[in-house]
Amino acid sequence: MNDNDLIDNVGNISESPLQLMADHLGDIGQGLSLSSKVVHGEIELQVNAADVAQVLMLLRDDRQAAFTQLIDLTAVDYPERKYRFDVVYQMLSMENNMRLRVVAAVAEGQTLPSVTGVFMSANWAEREVWDMFGIFFAGHPDLRRLLTDYGFEGHPLRKDFPLTGHVEVRYDDAQRRVINEPVHLVQEFRDFDFLSPWEGMHSELGGKPSASDPDKTAK
Amino acid sequence: MGVMDPSLAPPIPPGADQDVILRAVSDEITNRGFVIAKADKLFNWARSGSLWPMTFGLACCAVEMMHSAASRYDMDRYGMLFRPSPRQSDVMIVAGTLTNKMAPALRRVYDQMPEPRWVLSMGSCANGGGYYHYSYAVVRGCDRIVPVDVYVPGCPPTAEALIYGLLQLQKKIRRTSTIARS
Repeated sequence: MNDNDLIDNVGNISESPLQLMADHLGDIGQGLSLSSKVVHGEIELQVNAADVAQVLMLLRDDRQAAFTQLIDLTAVDYPERKYRFDVVYQMLSMENNMRLRVVAAVAEGQTLPSVTGVFMSANWAEREVWDMFGIFFAGHPDLRRLLTDYGFEGHPLRKDFPLTGHVEVRYDDAQRRVINEPVHLVQEFRDFDFLSPWEGMHSELGGKPSASDPDKTAK
Repeated sequence: MGVMDPSLAPPIPPGADQDVILRAVSDEITNRGFVIAKADKLFNWARSGSLWPMTFGLACCAVEMMHSAASRYDMDRYGMLFRPSPRQSDVMIVAGTLTNKMAPALRRVYDQMPEPRWVLSMGSCANGGGYYHYSYAVVRGCDRIVPVDVYVPGCPPTAEALIYGLLQLQKKIRRTSTIARS
C-alpha cells in the first residue's frame, strides 16, 4: 500500500483509508485475537481485556499505524451484560490523521492491565475510571480515587448507584468539623415525563399521540 | 439642595441666609476641634466602608464576581478589594458549586477569617445546590457549612446583582448594633 492507493480509493468505502487501516490492524494483531472493523465511519478494535496493554503498544510502535497518542480512556456500564463494562481507549495517529477506539469488555471484579507503562497519560484516566466505575487496573503506580470525596464509598457512574448517593455533608457545631450524614431530601427527585399529555408537552418533543389529545385523534 | 431646618418646613435656598447657618456650624466644629458621633455608628461606617472580600470562586459565578470587581462595575468604589488571604478579609463570597470535597476547605477558610465576618452566598448552587441539588457530590446549599448573611439568586447572578447583594450587606452591617447595652 502506498499513498496513491489511499488517494485513488477514497470514494470507495470498502477500500477507503479507514478500511485499509482496519485491515492492516487486523493483520498485525492476529496473535492477539482482536477484531478490527469500521463502525459508523470510525475504526473500532474489540480486544481481550488481558491484551489491552500489548495492543496499545502494538498500535503505538507499528510504523504504519503510528497511533502515538492516547487521547482518553473511559468506561461504559451495561448492567444487563455478563461482562458489564466496556473500557474504551481513544487513540489518535497524527501521522495518518486517523482516530480509533479500542474496546475491551470487562466483568465486575475483573482486573485489567494498566497501560501507564505504554502511555503515561493513562495515569489519571485510569484513576478516574477506578473512581467512577470500580474497575481495577493491575500495575498502576498510584490507584487512588481521583474526583470524589476522601472516604467516598461506591462508584458513581455505575448504573446501580443512586443519583443522590448515600451521604451528604454538614458542619456540626458540637464537633466543630464537617461531618457525613445519611442523605435526607426535603423533596424527592422530580422526574418529569415529557411524553405524558398531562405534563403539557406535545408532539414537538416526539410524544406519541394519545386518545386524550383531540388534535391528534381528529386527523 | 439647601440645608434642612427642622423648625421650618421648606429648605433654605442657597444664599446669604444659608451661609449664615453653615458658617455657624463650621465655626462650632473648628472652635472645638472635634465631631460628635455615636461610637457604634462609627464602627459600622468603618466596617461597611471597607468590606474586603475573600476570593472564593468555585465555578462560573466566579467569572461574574471578577466582572463586578473589574473596570465596568468596579467594587473598589465601595472600598471593596479582593484579598487572597482569609486573615485579611471581612466577607467571603461563596461563588459557585460547593462540592462535598471542597466543604471542609471552605469551612477552614471561614474559620481563619477574623471577626467580625460575613458570608455572601452567590448563585443557585451556593444558595441551595441549584442544578446539582440531587447530586451525590454537591452540598445542598453552603449554609449547611457556614452561616450566610446575604443570598444572591441567579445562575449565575449578574455582576450588578452581586454588587446589589454587597450593598444589601452594607445596609445590614449599618443597622446592626455592635455595642452591647445592659
